[in-house]
Amino acid sequence: MYSEKVMDHFTNPRNVGEIVNPDGVGEVGNAKCGDIMRIYLDVEGDIIKDVKFKTFGCGAAVATSSMVTEMVKGKTLDEAMVISNAAVAEALGGLPPEKMHCSNLAADALHAAIVNYREKQEKKE
Amino acid sequence: MRRVYLDHSATTPVDPEVAALMMTYYTEKYGNPSSVHSFGREAKQALEEARKQVAELIGATPPEVTFTSGGTEADNLAILGAAEALRKKGKHLITSAIEHHAVLETCEYLAKNGFDLTVVPVNEEGILSVEDIRQAIRPDTILISVMHANNEVGSILPIAEIGKLAKEHGITFHVDAVQSLGKLPIDVNAMNVDLLTVSSHKIYGPKGVGALYVRKGVRVVPLVHGGGQEKKRRSGTENTPGIIGFGKACQIAGQRMAEDARHQTKLRDKLMHGILQRIDHVKVNGPIGAKRLPNNVNVSIEFVEGESLLLSLDMLGIAASSGSACTSGSLDPSHVLLAMGLVHEIAHGSLRFSLGRQNTEEEIDYVLEQLPKIAERLRMMSPLYDQAIHTQQAQ
Repeated sequence: MYSEKVMDHFTNPRNVGEIVNPDGVGEVGNAKCGDIMRIYLDVEGDIIKDVKFKTFGCGAAVATSSMVTEMVKGKTLDEAMVISNAAVAEALGGLPPEKMHCSNLAADALHAAIVNYREKQEKKE
Repeated sequence: MRRVYLDHSATTPVDPEVAALMMTYYTEKYGNPSSVHSFGREAKQALEEARKQVAELIGATPPEVTFTSGGTEADNLAILGAAEALRKKGKHLITSAIEHHAVLETCEYLAKNGFDLTVVPVNEEGILSVEDIRQAIRPDTILISVMHANNEVGSILPIAEIGKLAKEHGITFHVDAVQSLGKLPIDVNAMNVDLLTVSSHKIYGPKGVGALYVRKGVRVVPLVHGGGQEKKRRSGTENTPGIIGFGKACQIAGQRMAEDARHQTKLRDKLMHGILQRIDHVKVNGPIGAKRLPNNVNVSIEFVEGESLLLSLDMLGIAASSGSACTSGSLDPSHVLLAMGLVHEIAHGSLRFSLGRQNTEEEIDYVLEQLPKIAERLRMMSPLYDQAIHTQQAQ
């Protein structure tokens, strides 16, 4: 059902956890549909210095969360903003078709965290 | 790798004695039961012996047993066949909210095609009230279809009481007994059942075989037309090896029922109590004790999702199932758990273990050793868990 890469990220997820006093937090999904993803950002200048996630969901939800954190660590915010859910799925070697819509929201959570960070910055200024 | 199979409500291994008997009817006694010659006659004789064995396990007479391709076809034949036969008498059907899809979808199909359907709710244990059925009955009610035991949460429904009620009102009564056959005593006469669905592969028989009991005098219009086999109720050359295997499996199940129930009840309670002892925030789904199938354990592990649990268990060789949406291919979790009033996130975290003859205490110990670690690992990842813990600490 799942690719080896998905199973690897599910079994050994990268960057699980939370950041204390994060610069940005984003959350998508809801418990009703069975997936909640939360992403924490630590931003320095324009660079994502650290990123962590917490996810409630199926194997695909965990694996996409893990993958997106790996993809954006060290990237600029603008680079991170253009990463799509489809790109995350592709980096995992694909997802089963029925998972593409319900559990493939990690990039959305990341974008929500960046938006949250930018809003906080605007308030400071 | 070590493998522990705890998904017997999905399917069971074929008993070696059953498989050996079946093999004879593939390679040596392969005649068509409808043929006149000796090849046909020996197949026919074995087929009728199997019919007797199935009938015996449910308290029926052999002519009342019609073989089908499985439980789903038997459910369809019962519901569509009875509705068609009784169309002139009325158009109202009653079923329960926790039926198998083979019953629910068939009833809903009829509801879209000129029939009226009442779906009776269940309580938080997954059991319906006979009073609710009584109140649902209308002058034009022609069929009541209620399962004997639920496949997901193991709840046992009050079939004999519903049967009595149906008889009083002259309503045809269908029971899906796929999960209870061989696990609970069934007597179609004592329970006043008119139509009863059974399946072979849940009781250590082969897949692709089932049967519908049709009480003498009750009419069902056939779904499959052709050569008129099975007294014209189900045309098509009989799956002789499969049917003979099913018969043998029924015979063995009848002999072992008490012993199987004792063994599995012991393992069930050990597993259920062990999980509750070792993991916090766990909810048992379905009734506790005598109203539950001897082989069913169903729990929700809060703050984690069922498919993640299944994948993690599978990596350790443990086979179970879940009512999570992610395992059904839809966005909604199990209709059974929702009908019992579970909120979505708890239903998503449900886990079913269904025990079988070959399971051992040692296997249960292995699950009890591994499951808490899995729950712990997934909870550490779950945003719902720290929310709940923080809320608790704040209180």
